[in-house]
This record gives sequence, structure tokens and C-alpha cells, in this order.
Amino acid sequence: MRTASSALRSKDLLGIEPLSPEEITLILDTAEGFKEVSERPVKKVPALRGQLVINLFMEASTRTRVSFEIAEKRLSADTLNFSASGSSVEKGETLIDTAENLMAMHPDMIVIRHKHPGSPKMLADRLPASVINAGDGAHEHPTQALLDAFTIRERVGRLQGTNISIVGDIAHSRVVRSNIHLLTKMKANVTVAGPPTLLPMDIEKMGVRVVHSLDKAIEGADVIMMLRIQLERQGKLTIPSLREYYNTFGLTPERLRRGKEGLIVMHPGPMNRGVEIASDVADGPWSVILEQVTNGVAVRMAVLYLLGGAHMEGA
Amino acid sequence: MNLLIINGRVVDPSQKLDAKLDVLIEDGRIARVDKKIKSGVDVFDAAGLVVTPGFVDLHTHLREPGQEHKETIATATRAAVAGGYSAVCAMANTVPPNDERAVTEMVVAEAARHGACRVYPIGAVSRGLKGEELAELADLHTAGCVAVSDDGKPVWNAQLMRRALEYCSMLGIPVIAHEEDANLNEGGVMHEGYYSTLLGLAGIPAASEETLVARDVILARLTGAHLHIAHMSTAGAIEVVRRARRAGVNVTCEVTPHHLALTDQSVQSFSTNLKMNPPLRSKEHRQAILEGIADGTVDAIATDHAPHHFDEKNVEFDLAPFGVIGLETAFPVCYDRLVRKKVIALGRLIDLFSCGPARVFNLPGGSLRQGSVGDVTILDLEAQYEAAAPFVSKASNSAFIGEKLQGRAVATIVGGELRYDRRVHAAAAPAKSAAKKKSKR
Repeated sequence: MRTASSALRSKDLLGIEPLSPEEITLILDTAEGFKEVSERPVKKVPALRGQLVINLFMEASTRTRVSFEIAEKRLSADTLNFSASGSSVEKGETLIDTAENLMAMHPDMIVIRHKHPGSPKMLADRLPASVINAGDGAHEHPTQALLDAFTIRERVGRLQGTNISIVGDIAHSRVVRSNIHLLTKMKANVTVAGPPTLLPMDIEKMGVRVVHSLDKAIEGADVIMMLRIQLERQGKLTIPSLREYYNTFGLTPERLRRGKEGLIVMHPGPMNRGVEIASDVADGPWSVILEQVTNGVAVRMAVLYLLGGAHMEGA
Repeated sequence: MNLLIINGRVVDPSQKLDAKLDVLIEDGRIARVDKKIKSGVDVFDAAGLVVTPGFVDLHTHLREPGQEHKETIATATRAAVAGGYSAVCAMANTVPPNDERAVTEMVVAEAARHGACRVYPIGAVSRGLKGEELAELADLHTAGCVAVSDDGKPVWNAQLMRRALEYCSMLGIPVIAHEEDANLNEGGVMHEGYYSTLLGLAGIPAASEETLVARDVILARLTGAHLHIAHMSTAGAIEVVRRARRAGVNVTCEVTPHHLALTDQSVQSFSTNLKMNPPLRSKEHRQAILEGIADGTVDAIATDHAPHHFDEKNVEFDLAPFGVIGLETAFPVCYDRLVRKKVIALGRLIDLFSCGPARVFNLPGGSLRQGSVGDVTILDLEAQYEAAAPFVSKASNSAFIGEKLQGRAVATIVGGELRYDRRVHAAAAPAKSAAKKKSKR
């Protein structure tokens, strides 16, 4: 394993915002090494043997939870999945009490997904375990941004100077915030696009270009990242109808053909086919959506290794 | 009931006084302010200290009745005198709310029994704070309410607001407006702007306050009644009030120490002690508040002291209740941000803490003129310390924990009685004799 910019400064991964470009590069470089592990007949390395990782998923998740669990198992960690339903949370236990009770069983790392922004920090401030944010409300989803960057680096060859357009429900997306932090730190050019009702105030102060047209977002882009439109937004004063959304911001092959040669399309999932993305695009030659999922395991292995395993090896 | 305060620097903006003088209180009232007074009564030596009319807080949540786990009339008033306040106005959103005479009488009676300072109840505008029909406002006024407010929520129905203003103009008391548009606010937990975007927290736009302030100022003009706007936090609201006053509308307003001292940038810590409503605004709004203070648009600094139990605040930011305590830190925070940073002079600060609030609600106090109530605050402007829990208040949800502060009350005198004396490190319990007497109005 590479040890150039050898370690992360924090015991936790709460977001991309606190990371330096060197730390981001370290994680991505480390993930490259781990990607190969998943392609072996015996998909396992002993890096986290004897370590306990708790996956504390207080909000529904399939992709992220499964991806973390696979990453943990491929690193030989002991894993335990805890979800809000059917647990003490339903009996009214607070997040802090839940976490402190789990902590009393000495986990080395806690992976948390929660609908409320800042909850991973709440745990990180109080617990000795390493806390990994697997998505906190509309705040951050750092491992998603890292796997996106890994995929862009693999497909486009670099991050610096790459033109990336993120389209859709910018206001309610943690993926977009983590991606903006990461991509601007790595000197990529980021455009966000969507109707003004789905763009949060002062988003341009995060260092991005704002457009309200899908065609403008596609023009000159190397990467189009589509965001899911939450179906429940319909009729909530943000978009008049899903039909109208598809007509104005739905990504179709016709629109993509006006874009740059070699343009790739990404989506963090879960997709709403026929709402933000046409099936011909999702399943078409532009799509790297399933590669993102594959890379997610490698990136999460890198994060788990750097937070939990690297310092053990050095000791 | 009698006390002679000697050797202090007396600052009383109501008489444009700033000089080394003695203050004699006899029978609970100011008897004389003069050089070298001789008298046989007890003496408080205020050498090196500043002597001012007692502070009056227009906006305090005492939480009693109904939420005594957060705070009680006894603990809140002890916090008040520790902060230099000789009087507090008690907001109506208790459980049950102060929407009928029986509740007002309970608050008045409990304050007389266990209160360390004067307590002036504020009645509800509407029954059950529901915003549907008027509470019995005249009855509430007769029982002792000095103003009415549905604080905690806006009076959403413009017709109800109009009628409340009209009715209260007959009673000679102000309607206090808590201004927010619940639709614009939907789900919001902090100021809407760059930091809410960064943190992914739902925003409360400035327009939520500004639109309702504009509406109510127009209703105040229509009715000629006295509108008082609580905890103004936005540049737009300050501007609307400034213009309205120039046009002769009977509107007054207050701001809180936290809105003039802090901004939404600090919410990056996700500390639930920075969650309040209205929320901490951006630096542009904070600057507009400072300008409103400097040019006289703002009448009073009010704490919006909103105690919550530790357990209630020890949760995710989204889930924590709105509100912070403020009685014990208000003066030092404002002294630092306003006087030491040269926004205003000390006299104007005392005006905002004492004379202004007394004037706005037409309360006794706010002056050391002969015959005024013997309410006095004695300040040490040099004392340096760090704000830290535990507080005298039952609660510790302060936005200023860890902040280095300078200046604080060393003594608070209510009706000539020393109710707080920092030199003995404890709030003096009200004397038995005072407990039986009604506070003089």
C-alpha cells in the first residue's frame, strides 16, 4: 500500500469540507490498490482483522449500507448492522444514548447514516471510535463524492480542469455538497443546474456556476451528474409535476448528442427512470452508473483502512 | 427598604446624568441623588463601580406554570438579579398559557412569594395562543398584564392582529408581535443563506420576518395603536421600523444580545445552543441591527431568555427546541460588542437596558429621579471572566459558553432591597416582609 501522504489528520471522516487535496488524493490512490482485491477469486485482505465496525443506519439505505458492509468484510473486519426500525430508537432512545451504548461494546469504527445534518459530528465529538459519515441529511455524503471522483479520474483521467455539471434537486442533496467541496478542492469546474426552486440560496458562493437550463449544463461538460428527484417533491411548491420536470430537466439521448464527445453520465442512485433520466441514457453508452457502484466498495475500503487499519500497521 | 449607595459613578440617561454621586433610597423609592449624602441607613460603597437605574427585561420566558423542569419563577428571577435586572416581563406561552386572569394571578402571586425581582406578566393575544379569537384582554390587563403577545408564534390572522391593536389602544398597552411567516419558514432551523446551504439545514429566510413586520406596521398605522416588535433580527425589519417611526407610526422594537453579537457562521459547530427563533442571521443583518441601535431605531435590548432542559438540547440540531438563556450574559455581551467596540456610549447602553424598556411598556423604573422606584443596578465594568455553566438559571443553554466577557452586575437593588450581591456570591432571598407586600406600580 502507498504511504506517500501517509495518513488522514482526523480520526473521523465527517465530510469532504475538512479534507485537504492531499488527503483526498491519498484516499483515491489507496482505493486504486483496493479495487483489485474485489477482482480476485478470494476477495479478502486481513487489514482490519479483529476490528469491530458498527453500521448505524438510522435512515433507509440499500446501496451505501451494502457497499460499506462489503468493504468491511473484504478487509476482514467484524461488522454489525444496526437500523432504527425494530431497535431502541423506536422506544424513544436518543441518538447519543444509542451511540454510547454501542460504544460500551468497544467498536473501532462507527459508520452512520442519519437524516439530520451534523449527527455524525455529534457522535465524533463524544466517542473515541472513528466515525464515518455515510450521509447526514442534506449536509454531506463524503464516500459518495470520493467514489464519484474515483470514477471521474478513471474515466476522464484527471480531476483538475474537468468540467462537471450536476443537475437536479441541488437544494436537498448531500451528494451535491460533498461533490462541490471535493471537485472545487481538486480544481475541477463545477456547474449546478436545476429550476430555481431546487437551488439553495447562495450556492454560487461555494464556487460553482449556476444555470437553469439542461442544455447549458451539457454544453462543454465532460461529466453530467444527475440527481434523483424525490417523488414526494411533486406538488410541494418546488416542481409543478414530474412530467414537466422530465420535459425541462430530464436527460435524454437527444440532448446528450449535442454534448461533447466522450461525455459520461453519472447518477448516485437510486434513479427514477423517466423522471430525471431516460432509460436509454441510464443503460446507454454514456452511463458509468454501475462502475460508480463497483468503485464505491474500493473507495470505502480505502477510507476504512486509512481510519482503522493504517495506524494499526504503523504501530 | 432604605439604602444609601455612595462613591459610585451614577449613569442615568433619563436625566442625562453621568457623575460621581450618592443615591439615597427611602421607603423603596429614590429619595435623593446628590453629592456626599449623609444618612443613618445602610450603606453600599460603590467606589469604582457604575450605578444605574435597574435593568428591565421586556422578554423573558419564566416557564412557570407548566414547564418547571426548564425554569421556575424563582430560578429565573434569581438569574435576572444576577444579571442586573430588577424587573422582567414574563411571556405568555406557559402551559397553560397566560390567556386568562387565573394564570396571571398565579404568576403575580408566585412572583411575590419566590421572585427575586419584579415580574410583569404579559398576557396572550388569543385564547390558547391559537390565533383564532381574542383572549379577555381587559381582564388580563386588570389582573396585571402590562402587554399582550402570542410570542412563540405570529398572529397569523391579520384581522385578529388589527382587532388586538384596536382593543389594546383602549387599554393603553402595547401588542408585542412575534414576526414570522410559518409558510416561508417551513421546517427551517437556521437563517437561510450561505451557511444553511453549506450545512444542509433547512433555512428560515429573512423575508419571513420582514413581510410580517411590514404588515403589522401598516396595521399599526391603520389603528394608531402601539405595536412593539419582539426580537428583530433582520435588516429589512430594522429599515421598515425606521421609516415607520419617521412617518409617526407608534411602533417600538427590541433586539436580543445574541442577534447583535453572533452570526449564522457560528452554527457550523452544530451546537444546539445556537438554535433559536428568530435564528442567528448573516453578518449583513447583524450590521443593520448595530446601525439601528446606534441611530435610535431600537428602543430596547431584551434577552428572549428561553430556558430548556439539558436533555431537550442534547439532541440533533434539527430536533432541538428553539431558544437560549440570556439574563446573566446580556449586559457583558452588549457592553463588549456595543460600548467596548465603540458602537455606542455607555449612557446609550444603559438606556437600552433600563430607561428604554421601562418607557416602551410604561413600567415603573428606568430612572433614578426622585420618587422613582428604588430599583438600581450596580456594575463593575472591569470584571473579566469566562461564561460557563452552571448558571444561576436552572438551564444552561447559553450561546456564550466559553466566551471571555468583561463587565457585570455586582449588585441589584429592588425597591431599596439588596436582592443580589455578588460579593456574597449568592442571590439574596427576598425578605419575608417584602413577600407579603404587592410590588408598587
